[in-house]
Formats: sequence, C-alpha cells, structure tokens
Amino acid sequence: MKQNYSIFSLVRNALSYHQGWQEAWRSPAPKPEYDVIIIGGGGHGLATAYYLAKEHGITNVAVVEKGWIGGGNTGRNTTIVRSNYLWDESAHLYEHSLKLFEGLSQDLNYNVMFSQRGLMNLAHTQHDMQALRRRVYAIQLNGIDSEILTPEQIKEMVPILDCSSKARYPIMGASLQRRGGVARHDAVAWGFARKADERGVDILQNTEVTGFKIVGGVVKGVETTRGFIGGKKVGIVVAGHSGVMAGLAGFRLPVESHPLQALVSEPIKPILNTVVMSPQVHVYVSQSDKGELVLGAGIDAYTSYAQVGSPFIIENQLNALTDLFPCFGRLRMLRQWGGIVDTCPDASPIIGKTPVENLFINCGWGTGGFKATPGSGNVFAHTIARGEPHQLAQPFALERFTTGYLIDEHGAAGVAH
Amino acid sequence: MLLISCPYCGPRDEHEFAYGHEAHIARPTLEQQQTMSDAEWADYLFMRKNPKGVHFERWVHSRGCRQWFNVARHTVTHEIVKVYKMGEPAPKLEQK
Ligand SMILES: Cc1cc2nc3c(=O)[nH]c(=O)nc-3n(C[C@H](O)[C@H](O)[C@H](O)COP(=O)(O)OP(=O)(O)OC[C@H]3O[C@@H](n4cnc5c(N)ncnc54)[C@H](O)[C@@H]3O)c2cc1C
Ligand SMILES: [Zn+2]
Repeated sequence: MKQNYSIFSLVRNALSYHQGWQEAWRSPAPKPEYDVIIIGGGGHGLATAYYLAKEHGITNVAVVEKGWIGGGNTGRNTTIVRSNYLWDESAHLYEHSLKLFEGLSQDLNYNVMFSQRGLMNLAHTQHDMQALRRRVYAIQLNGIDSEILTPEQIKEMVPILDCSSKARYPIMGASLQRRGGVARHDAVAWGFARKADERGVDILQNTEVTGFKIVGGVVKGVETTRGFIGGKKVGIVVAGHSGVMAGLAGFRLPVESHPLQALVSEPIKPILNTVVMSPQVHVYVSQSDKGELVLGAGIDAYTSYAQVGSPFIIENQLNALTDLFPCFGRLRMLRQWGGIVDTCPDASPIIGKTPVENLFINCGWGTGGFKATPGSGNVFAHTIARGEPHQLAQPFALERFTTGYLIDEHGAAGVAH
Repeated sequence: MLLISCPYCGPRDEHEFAYGHEAHIARPTLEQQQTMSDAEWADYLFMRKNPKGVHFERWVHSRGCRQWFNVARHTVTHEIVKVYKMGEPAPKLEQK
C-alpha cells in the first residue's frame, strides 16, 4: 500500500526534512509476459493502465515508455480542459472525461490542481456570433453547461479586455463554459502512474518499442530496447509516433504528425482568472498559478517529428496576443517548446481495434487530447479488457474512414485546444 | 524556419510558401473508380505515409510565382534533400 498524501503526511515529512517520502512508483525489470502491454507512458497510456487495474481487475500490465513518463505531449501542453464540442459523439466523450477530472484528485489521492476557472471563446464578427450560438445551443442540448456572454459581462470577468467598439478586433460576445479550466499536466501523469503502480502495473521507462511479434495476424508481444516482452493484448498510445508504430505493425493510419508550439511569459501578479481564446485572432491564454501567462495557437503546416517548429508561428501567436491584450506588449517570454501532435482529417481521435488481432490503438487526439486524458484511458481500458469498444468509443473506431462516418470537429479543435 | 528553393524563383523564406502534404498520391482513374471498394477509397482519401525520415511532399510558392512543386524533406532534421518539379517521379535517395 502507498502512504496516503495528506496535510498530515506533509507535516510529518517536513519534520524529517523530506527524507522519508516513499517512492511514487517502482522501476521493475520487465516480466517475460503481461496480460496487457501499453505502449506509451503519456497521460493516456497511464490512465489506460490505471483503469484496466481499477475497473477491470487486470493488473498484470506493463506501460512501456521510451523516455520518461509524461515527457511527450502530456508534459508539453497548455493544460486546457473543457467539453464544449459540437457533435453528440464528441460532446459525450469529452464530457465523460471532464466529469472524471472533477473527481480525479480524490480518486488518485494526488492533487492534479484542476481549476474550473471557466473558459471563454470570443466572437469578433456577426458570423462568429452565429457560429457561436449554434455551438452553444448544441452543447446545451447535450446537457453540458455553456452560455453566451454579452460584451458587458465579458468586461466584468476580464477587465483588461478592450470591449469597446474601438478595439482592433471588436468583441461582440463570447461563449463560456464555467466548468472548463486548467489542470497540472505533470500531476495527471504522475497521479495515474502512482495509483497504477500501487495496483501492480509495471512502469518501464527508458524502454523503446522497436517492433511487434505478430503470428498469423495475432499480436504476441513487442520487441524493445530491453528485449522481447510477451503480451496477450497490446495497446498503442504514442500520440505523435502513432504512424511509426502502425507502420511497424503493418497497417496504415489517416494521421499526420505536426509540431505544435507553446510558450510561457515571466510571472506577473494575478491579472487573468479565466481562460480566454479567440479562434479568429488565433491565440489562447491563461495564467498559471505561478503567475506566468501560458499561451499557444496553431500547428506548423508541415509534418515533423522534431519537437520544434518555425519561429514565425510564435511571432503570429504573440501578435495575436498583443492585438487582444495590448497591455501584455512589454511582457518577456521565458520559455518556448514544441510537441508532436497526431492530427486526423476530421480532428477527432481514433480509439479501438486495428487490423491486427488483440492489437488496439488510441491516437489522433492531435492538438486537444490533454482534457481527454482520464476519459480516453477509461474507455480504452474497457475496449481492451472486453475486446469490444466502449459505447462512447464506438463512433471513434478506425473504420469510420471507410464508412464515411467522420466526426468533423475542426470548429472545436482549430485553435482552442 | 525552412529555406525552400523554388525551382522557378530560387531560395526563399518558408513564409512565401504553403504546404500541400504528401506527394505522388494518384487519383484513381475513371475506370478504377467503377470497381473500387470503400476501403480503397479510404486509403486514397485519408491514409498517409507520415514517415519519420524523408518525406516526399508538395509545396506551392503561393506568395511568389504560385507554382506547385515537390520537395523531399527529412521530418526529423527538416533538411531539404531535393526539390523537383511536378510530374517528376520521386527521387531514389540513399538511406541516411
Ligand atoms: C504545445 C501543445 C499544447 C497543447 N495544448 C493542449 C490543451 O491546452 N488542451 C488539451 O486538451 N490538449 C492540448 N494538447 C494536446 C495534448 O497534449 C495531447 O493530445 C495529449 O497530451 C496526448 O497524450 P498522450 O498520452 O496520448 O501522448 P504523449 O504524452 O505524447 O505520450 C506518448 C508517449 O509515447 C511514447 N512513445 C513514443 N514512441 C514510443 C515507442 N516506440 N516506445 C515506447 N514509447 C514510445 C512517447 O515518449 C510519449 O511519452 C497540446 C499539445 C501540445 C504539443
Ligand atoms: Zn517560385
């Protein structure tokens, strides 16, 4: 059993100069065979392992990660969490995840710092307003909180926004999801890892999958940099590297890998207590608990695996920020980085079976999968355990590209991750 | 930031170009279309190579001569290995 994290354990450990903390997860040697191997130790992979153990009693599980857990997109995103998606299929899936987020710190006994500070989408033109109304009403019909704000209400919430008609991009209104917000990305990965480990899951870091053993169309295990590991079932959850993995397993994906960049400013005093995004002016921004502004925008157009993008993308992003908030014009930026996102033609994820028996895939979350971490792991664990898709995952199967049943969420995913 | 050599205008900043994704995807002929399965259509419309390595892709000099052309570019180093014209076959490259 793991020691419980609480105010008392914090005080107790402070008295012993923090020398007595238990390790959060083990670093075991790989076993010869597992019931389930999860490839990729990002949030989605770790959540899958956790729910396999917790909800399906499958504990002989390994999470195989080529670097360190959470070092991929999980540790690189701008941490926005919301469920304001247009289509029913997406609304249900992302809302499932948002609900899990609401109880996650308690469930994991790990403070994921989920802060439901609200999330605002600005409209600058008549057409923005029409699209926004359609979206808000669709979301409401799915029983998800969403409302329309007038410029006066926006001004009240975010006084530093110029809501007058003189603004460079006049603000005509906004949609607001009050239950949306931000969470601590690393903590989500670490919290899932710690609890999965407690239930017996082996987390194998610095172990890269280099191939599959497939016999008669059935997967039997994976080749890794630490030797062969047998697996009765295997789940691929590698985000940007999904195409590479699919190639090793011999099937094709409708996925392209692109750099997505983000940056944070120097810390300043509290000035912004909600998330503001503008799809038109093309930026989104929130303020972290440390005081830094966290901002991001769009992907680089070309495909890449390099985790760096072109500087002019950042320049556009900062132009957009200062167009919206001239008062940020003299802020210095502290850090900038990129991640490799796996984008799908319809901006929706792929969850389910592959052409290889007992090999499952969860990918295509692209620019917006952090918010889905618990929900994605939850429905993927069900899909792997039962061998049949979870009801919420069913519409997101790879077959939709053959049937034509695409779930076009470009409007929801474009800039607003 | 890429420096791309347009075959018609010479080396120019990435800013002047737009990306056209994977090259050499042949549109099925009218004849093929009569007998194509849904899976074959899915492959043509949606499935992509997305390699970690050299990628054959299309670019257009949209803020210049507005011509389309092909580029062989490495997706990890971003090195542009070769620029070649529309209609030319993909170059054979030594493994790097
Ligand atoms: C800059 C940026 C901003 C973003 N902002 C947001 C946001 O605000 N809100 C939001 O919801 N989403 C956002 N996203 C998207 C989000 O980060 C991702 O969709 C999500 O984190 C994907 O999680 P994951 O666990 O699937 O992938 P990852 O965290 O990338 O995990 C995949 C893991 O697989 C490992 N791996 C790869 N190949 C192998 C191999 N061969 N063997 C073993 N392991 C392997 C990798 O090392 C990696 O750790 C953003 C992304 C970026 C890059
Ligand atoms: Zn030119």
